[in-house]
Amino acid sequence: MSDQGQTNDLELLTFRVADQEYSLDIMSVREIRGWTRTTPMPHAPDFMRGVINLRGTVLPVMDLARRLNLPSHETNDRNVIIVVKLQGTLTGLLVDAVSDIVAITEDDLQAPPDISSDPQLSVVRALTVIDDRMIRVLDLSAVVPNTSDEAA
Amino acid sequence: MTLTVLAVDDSRTMRDMIRMALMPAGFTVHLAEDGVHGIEVLGGIAPGDIDAIITDINMPRMDGFGFIDAVREQYDHRATPILVLTTESSPELKMRAREAGATGWIVKPFDPAKLVKALQMVAG
Amino acid sequence: MSEQNDPMAEIRASFFIECEELLEALQDGLQELDEGGDDPETINVVFRAVHSIKGGAGAFGLEALVRFAHRFETVMDEVRGGRMTPDADTMKLFFLAADHVSDLVRACRDEAPIPESTSEELLARLDELLGDEVETEEADASDFTPLGFSMSLDLPDLEPEGSTFEIRFKPEQELFATGNEPATLLRNLCALGEATVRCNSSELPDLEDLAAEAPYIEWNITLKTEAAEAEVRDIFEFVDGLCVLEITSTSPDAGDDVPDVDIDAGIEVPAVLEVVAPSPSQPSAPVSKKSTKDSGEEAGGEPESKKGTAPAAKSVVRVDLERIERLVNLVGELVINQAMLSQSLDQAGLSPHSDAMNGLEEFQRLTRDIQDSVMMIRAQPVKSLFQRMSRIVREASAAVEKDVRLVTEGEATEVDKTVIERLADPLTHMIRNAVDHGLEKSDTRLANGKSRAGTVTLMAAHRSGRVIIEVTDDGAGINRERVFEIAVAKGLVPPDAQLSDGEIDNLLFLPGFSTASQVSALSGRGVGMDVVKTSIQSLGGRITISSEAGKGTKFSISLPLTLAVLDGMVVNVAGETLVLPLNVVVETLSLGPEDVQMLRPGAYVVRVRGGFVPLYDLGVMLGYRAHRKTDAGAIVLLISLDDGSRAALVIDGIQDQRQVVIKGLDDSFYRAPGIAAATILGDGQIALILDPADVIAGMGNPRGADIMLSERKIANE
Repeated sequence: MSDQGQTNDLELLTFRVADQEYSLDIMSVREIRGWTRTTPMPHAPDFMRGVINLRGTVLPVMDLARRLNLPSHETNDRNVIIVVKLQGTLTGLLVDAVSDIVAITEDDLQAPPDISSDPQLSVVRALTVIDDRMIRVLDLSAVVPNTSDEAA
Repeated sequence: MTLTVLAVDDSRTMRDMIRMALMPAGFTVHLAEDGVHGIEVLGGIAPGDIDAIITDINMPRMDGFGFIDAVREQYDHRATPILVLTTESSPELKMRAREAGATGWIVKPFDPAKLVKALQMVAG
Repeated sequence: MSEQNDPMAEIRASFFIECEELLEALQDGLQELDEGGDDPETINVVFRAVHSIKGGAGAFGLEALVRFAHRFETVMDEVRGGRMTPDADTMKLFFLAADHVSDLVRACRDEAPIPESTSEELLARLDELLGDEVETEEADASDFTPLGFSMSLDLPDLEPEGSTFEIRFKPEQELFATGNEPATLLRNLCALGEATVRCNSSELPDLEDLAAEAPYIEWNITLKTEAAEAEVRDIFEFVDGLCVLEITSTSPDAGDDVPDVDIDAGIEVPAVLEVVAPSPSQPSAPVSKKSTKDSGEEAGGEPESKKGTAPAAKSVVRVDLERIERLVNLVGELVINQAMLSQSLDQAGLSPHSDAMNGLEEFQRLTRDIQDSVMMIRAQPVKSLFQRMSRIVREASAAVEKDVRLVTEGEATEVDKTVIERLADPLTHMIRNAVDHGLEKSDTRLANGKSRAGTVTLMAAHRSGRVIIEVTDDGAGINRERVFEIAVAKGLVPPDAQLSDGEIDNLLFLPGFSTASQVSALSGRGVGMDVVKTSIQSLGGRITISSEAGKGTKFSISLPLTLAVLDGMVVNVAGETLVLPLNVVVETLSLGPEDVQMLRPGAYVVRVRGGFVPLYDLGVMLGYRAHRKTDAGAIVLLISLDDGSRAALVIDGIQDQRQVVIKGLDDSFYRAPGIAAATILGDGQIALILDPADVIAGMGNPRGADIMLSERKIANE
């Protein structure tokens, strides 16, 4: 890590979903765990893979590819579940594989182009380039729907 | 000067307050929740080991006046200082407490330091 | 963290808990008085409750609460002293005042705005009761401040200049009877400065005339101090009137300022478990003789009456709820672990008579015992909940100007604490409904030959491992014609639908149904019975309704004893593992080809001992699979529903019957109708726990399929 502008430092967890690179602020990531079979919830939207047992609590798991309207592959052993915490609630995000943890500064972030018709981009908070690869920084609150409002 | 004190009050909050006021000063505090219980607790402590008693007035089963009466009837405790905790500082109440044999009174809500000081003064 | 280390915050928290208990005692006492109880101890209890709340509130500087409680207490003291006999209106005011104390306590606790205007209004009404007494009262009220105990405090180093006092002190006999001690007083005096004490024993008689406890000695003290005269006098505060005391100052008064003493706020008091356990053998003779029932009166020698003798206090340990939660969770883990262990022993192919299997059985029994014991810790009587409802009845009946009597039964019934907390809202709504819609206006009642006052009955009981709570009113009963009209008007049922009485009653629970055709002060709050039903279901409970025209309506809630465990039947459906509550399963059958009959396309019945029972395929209902051509060979669970009817559920297989630990699903799970909760199986997988009645209701009611679809659509957006 560089010693300049510490307050602007940002660490991103990067991962692959449907052959694309995405990332999340590592501060919202609680843990990463291997794929286990989910128990499906009846009548849930198709991006909800179901629930798993996370050390005695019931964790809902979302298929990030389906959530982003990307082609969803069959799950395999390399798939992982990223456990994120949003407003005190834990949610699992199923991704293809975790790549790296990178440190950047806020200056490295670019606003996504304003193509609001692209549903994928509505959940992308910013873009950044690392080693010539474009990485999308996800807006977690847009990815994890506030179901308590919708379902009520 | 640290003392061993019996505090009798039916309010848990008051008992907590008393305990919190006295324990930091190094006092040993015995607690009871009404007069009857107070007499019982007192019976379990060697008379020489109790330096002073604090009691509430309004309590179930046996009120403060009855309790003081009962304490004073015990030969060993005829001179043990007893402070009455009261929310009113009316002269009549003080007189009644004194008639029952109370040594002094403290008006609730009390200042912890003053309670410590008062006990040290009557039991010194 | 810091809060835990702050003893004041801890005591404050405990004060508010104590307040809840005192408020309960207050309610009980008033109730008893209202019902004509005249035991003097009852009014004492009421008085003490208000008094203790005031005392604690004073300690925390909760002025609004102190002020109100003080006046209320004064009125109660009038009643206690027999100077006031409350009539029905006064009792109503007392209840209002008690409710207001409760509001103030909560406002103080939550640091919410104080309802000042209500305070003022009620204070004015209490003052009216007091009449002329008010003025003296005001003086007293101002007296109730941290007037404290004005002993002199730690003093600064003695300065060369200061005052000199000449003090003459001659104790009288009473001084000794109150535990005061001249030597202590003198020592305290000496601590104020430089004192010269001369003892005047001229009155001391000859030894043979000496009375052991009579005072003969007089002291003359010259005190050089910078303390003020008031401080010197304070030393003699307790013996004022018990001695001859003359204090004369020989130098100008040094002023009256009392130095402040800093109290170290950082002092830690170790958290202490309060264990109260009076010995059973008590009280001793002098105790009962001296006990007084009425502390406001002269201490009488009358022995305590039967009712006045409080039962020996139960041993009570106060424990942080978090610790209990932890224990509950750990026991849950234990149960899961045990399930895993038994699964692996099973797979190891051990003989059921082997030591390991026998040991496992014992282990299961112990686990179950531990679990039951832990659950008991969380159990609380529903009394506090019922008391809250009596307030709701008072407020609701006043708002709609009806005369309503609340009768409660089974207040001692114990239910899991969480269940009690989460029942408050639905019960409140049901009680309001009963008062507002259930009961008729007084003149209508009289015209129909009923009593003027309506009765709402709140009942709790344990019944076959569940808790039953019933809200009954003796009103007009459900106007089914009207209900049906509304349902049709709102498009909930087709106009030509042929519904039974029970089906019409159940329309009340449909989302979107609200009988608030006339919006009153109480209803029309946007909360319908469907919300009540949902909250009951989220507790693993069910609600049913029964009504008889002209006689009244009864809502019956059936709840599990605990939210933590469930006796379940573990079944397979379309490759998934599901759990059904064991108590709904009546029997299991396997289907022969001729057992199933088609009623109409998509609706099947199964013949069970001559009767026909509707048949549902769980796999289809939960969206796990499409309809199969035949259910022949499948296993069927015959389940009983709350209304006494039965249904048959098609499943693929039964795994086991066992106790499962309930894991709640919060709102973020897109919970489908019929999914009550989840559990963790022996292999670590999660299985959903079904509420079969709810699954069927979701299918059976006319809008069931639409509800599922619309919810799915919302979730997809």
